[in-house]
Amino acid sequence: MLNEYQTVKEIYGPLMLVEGVEGAKYGHIVEIRLADESVRHGQILQVEGDRVLVQVFEGTEGVDVARSSVRFIGRPMELSVSPDLLGRVFDGIGRPKDNGPAILPRQRRNINGNPINPVARDYPNEFIQTGISTIDGLNPLVRGQKLPIFSGAGLPHDDIAAQLARQATVLGKGESFAVVFAAMGITFEAAQFFIGDLTNTGAIERAALFINLADDPAIERIATPRVALTAAEYLAFEENMHVLVILNDMTNYCEALREISAARKEVPGRRGYPGYLYTDLASLYERAGRIKDKTGSITMVPVLTMPEDDKTHPVPDLTGYITEGQILMSRGLHRKGIAPPVDVLPSLSRLKDKGIGQGKTRDDHADLYNQLYAAYARGKEAQELATILGEAALSEEDQKYMAYANEFESRYISQGYSENRSVFETLDLGWDLLSRFEDSELKRMDAKRIAQYMPRFREKRSQSQG
Amino acid sequence: MSDTQVGKIVKVAGPVVVAEGMSGARMYDVVRVGEENLIGEIVELRGDRASVQVYEDTTGVGPGEKVVNTGAPLSVELGPGLISSIYDGIQRPLDQLREKQGDVILRGSAIPGLRRDVKWHFVPTVSNGTKVQGGDIVGQVQETTLVLHKILVPPGVSGVLDGLREGDFTVDQSIGVVTADGGFRTELKLMHKWPVRTARPSLRRLAPGEILTTGQRVIDAFFPIAKGGTACVPGPFGSGKTVVQHQLAKWVNADVVVYVGCGERGNEMTDVLKEFPELKDPHSGEPLMKRVVLLANTSDMPVAAREASVYTGITLAEYFRDMGYSVAMMADSTSRWAEAMREISTRLEEMPAEEGYPAYLGARIASFYERAGRVECAGGPQREGALSIIGAVSPPGGDLSDSVVQATLHVVKVFWSLQGRLAQQRHFPAIDWLTSYSFYKQYLSGCFEDRQRGVEMAEMSREAMSLLEQESQLIEIVRLVGAESISAKDRLVLQTARSIREDFLHQNAFHKVDTHTSMDKQFEILKAILYFHRIALSAVERGADTRDLSALKVRESIARAKFLEENQIGQIVDLRRQIDEQIRAVIGAAAA
Repeated sequence: MLNEYQTVKEIYGPLMLVEGVEGAKYGHIVEIRLADESVRHGQILQVEGDRVLVQVFEGTEGVDVARSSVRFIGRPMELSVSPDLLGRVFDGIGRPKDNGPAILPRQRRNINGNPINPVARDYPNEFIQTGISTIDGLNPLVRGQKLPIFSGAGLPHDDIAAQLARQATVLGKGESFAVVFAAMGITFEAAQFFIGDLTNTGAIERAALFINLADDPAIERIATPRVALTAAEYLAFEENMHVLVILNDMTNYCEALREISAARKEVPGRRGYPGYLYTDLASLYERAGRIKDKTGSITMVPVLTMPEDDKTHPVPDLTGYITEGQILMSRGLHRKGIAPPVDVLPSLSRLKDKGIGQGKTRDDHADLYNQLYAAYARGKEAQELATILGEAALSEEDQKYMAYANEFESRYISQGYSENRSVFETLDLGWDLLSRFEDSELKRMDAKRIAQYMPRFREKRSQSQG
Repeated sequence: MSDTQVGKIVKVAGPVVVAEGMSGARMYDVVRVGEENLIGEIVELRGDRASVQVYEDTTGVGPGEKVVNTGAPLSVELGPGLISSIYDGIQRPLDQLREKQGDVILRGSAIPGLRRDVKWHFVPTVSNGTKVQGGDIVGQVQETTLVLHKILVPPGVSGVLDGLREGDFTVDQSIGVVTADGGFRTELKLMHKWPVRTARPSLRRLAPGEILTTGQRVIDAFFPIAKGGTACVPGPFGSGKTVVQHQLAKWVNADVVVYVGCGERGNEMTDVLKEFPELKDPHSGEPLMKRVVLLANTSDMPVAAREASVYTGITLAEYFRDMGYSVAMMADSTSRWAEAMREISTRLEEMPAEEGYPAYLGARIASFYERAGRVECAGGPQREGALSIIGAVSPPGGDLSDSVVQATLHVVKVFWSLQGRLAQQRHFPAIDWLTSYSFYKQYLSGCFEDRQRGVEMAEMSREAMSLLEQESQLIEIVRLVGAESISAKDRLVLQTARSIREDFLHQNAFHKVDTHTSMDKQFEILKAILYFHRIALSAVERGADTRDLSALKVRESIARAKFLEENQIGQIVDLRRQIDEQIRAVIGAAAA
């Protein structure tokens, strides 16, 4: 069915209506040839009799009704995949952008993927080391998990995303690790930063980048995460790699979705986003996971900016309902110059208990994060109290906790974007921070464990003070 | 509907397909769509045009392709083999789908809900020549060690029984024949089919009268649900809805549990699949999975099947109810079900009501929850069954004014309000004691064999609640003027309320012992806490210092009580003696 039609009837927003078409199928792609011979791509959103509604990925600017012709390809959108995807940079719909050769396909895969049979899923329970203490120590990421970063305008989520892409690795030998990076609507500057950062550190050798820039067509963004995840699925489940997928920025993706929905005059849900936003996001996020009897895995870190830092905005809200936890960025910490400014208290990795402990990280891991968290929560309260009453008015105990919170922020949370801490360094740092407390104050910890680990850290502290 | 009707597709828009040439089709008939035979259901008829919601991804389907009407509504297969199964939203067995198709779900496959290659040992319980009618139990199959599967005469069938015999049968073999008065013969099989959108008949509805215990202290003691009752659990993400649902599925004292994972995380279903077979039923010691039916329609699976999954689930649950069992159904989350409804409605271009939801949202939710209840089952022998529904709701931003929450609260009798604030304080289950409610509290006293004990439990529950209520008011005052300015009595109230919260309401779902608490143990813990309060109050009146009272060693023992095994309840009972002793010492010291 390689039919070409010149029967474009209407163009509005990112949509195009073609009439008199025979044999068009829902979800298939089309090629649109413009009067100047340039080619754009689209996807069929609706077929009614011989009328076909197409969403144009590159936008409809400059397209005319009379002279454009539409060719129906007769298949859904596909991505050519092979191990050569690694080390390459593509545009938002998977075309090489780095002046390199086209990918010689081992396979062509439908970018929409297929839902994973829940019975075939294997539970995520293996640790991924990110080199970032607030993640590794307090909110461990496990293979097959989806853990978003909730950020806000002006916060350094790009830096943390790049740090993740650069540093993430799995413990254990003989495992191969890859990063798939999908950028949706990010600025040229940010894109250059990622590409440059990965190239300079050599991390690009094990990475595939799909970049849709802020001035690239918005509608293309709808395909970008799907293309990236298709590449990830191939690398994970055919090439047996552990793949970390970073989707940045999901808010831009959702806005593109809203644009299509509005153009189709659909009944809007909250804040104008379509009612099927949850379903649509789930069809992306749920592509993360492990599959029984397969070596590889897909771990996902979607990054999104919350408009006005509002966690109840539909994009973070629906994301939170699908993902297994969230890492929040704090404007307060960022102002204090703490980098990466991870807001520890509201951050949560739901699968944290599955990936840590003896044989995975270390036996003291769970006790440690519980204690660090509890003490920081207490110290944070003291910090707030101090801003109201003044430090002098605090009880001795409160002062102790506040000092701990300050040290926790300046040493544990703050590490910069280039320091790559091993999980053991992170754990030891936790002990070091807790060594200011008496055993009886460490209520969340097992007495035996304190006896096993604490003495050498206490000694160190007393030496440095003495 | 003997001649198969074939129509032609004229429109495809996402999960909705419109076909013409469908005259004679009925609403909710199941159709097979397109060359790949996708499964769908008719949701709208206009002249000879039918709108079909398709349960599978419609990519690649286009006008001109055929639509075949099966002439039957969406039905499930009911018979031995349901227990321990895991199905998708339209009762396709996911394990068999995986064997057939591999790790991802492909389209157009039809695998029957019950295996045809398994033989079950059937034992008749009535003799041939008996006159039987719909709902009568004619025999039984020991399906798992926990579930004795009663074989029922399908509703609507009646006549004289013949040819019924003991033996090993597959679900579709004839086990006997029922001959009606007019001579019409119906073959009896171990299985029969039932349309999911039609409630199964029962003789009469009964008022609930018994508590469905869950082993969760905040629920059983404060906001209990009755057998045959309905409950809803709304909360923002991260507040622990799914953990509450899992806990209930594990520990509820029902005979059969139907768990519907509707539009939720794939990894969560995996967790259930991994954990349930390993967990033991506290009453029988058997793996929990032997009384559970799982339905999984994860959020990446097609949206229309999500809409059907709650109906599939409740029909299976009703079937076990009809055997005279107490059945509990969990639906996580009904918001995803409502959203699926909304999505289909949008594609049908229906006029929306609030937040884009269809105007019939409230009616659908109400009629779904109305399928719960305690009933006298149709047919003989006389028996009672109960079906309880516990639905999770995921309101956007945790906002309880959401349409789905409001429509649900209109019909359910128990409301467990999960609060993000409590979850962030790591208080789990994050059920807010001030806003939650239960209309079944009057049955609490019936939970104990000893009537007196039951009355006391109900009384303690009221007392504890009132202390928590006082706490919420006192906290306001303390925040304004400081703890020193309130009376010693009030300070004691604060201390006891805190003890109720931390030592009783807080429950660790992942702790080996704490995960489940029997009613007797709940009784003793609560009694110890309130006993301390009473004795301490009289001590305060005699001049004891609240600080001395709060430093007593017995307070730590009270806090530890929940971690004591069920066979150590004696130690909790003994706490009252220690309270007497230690407080007497404080009074003595104060007097001296």
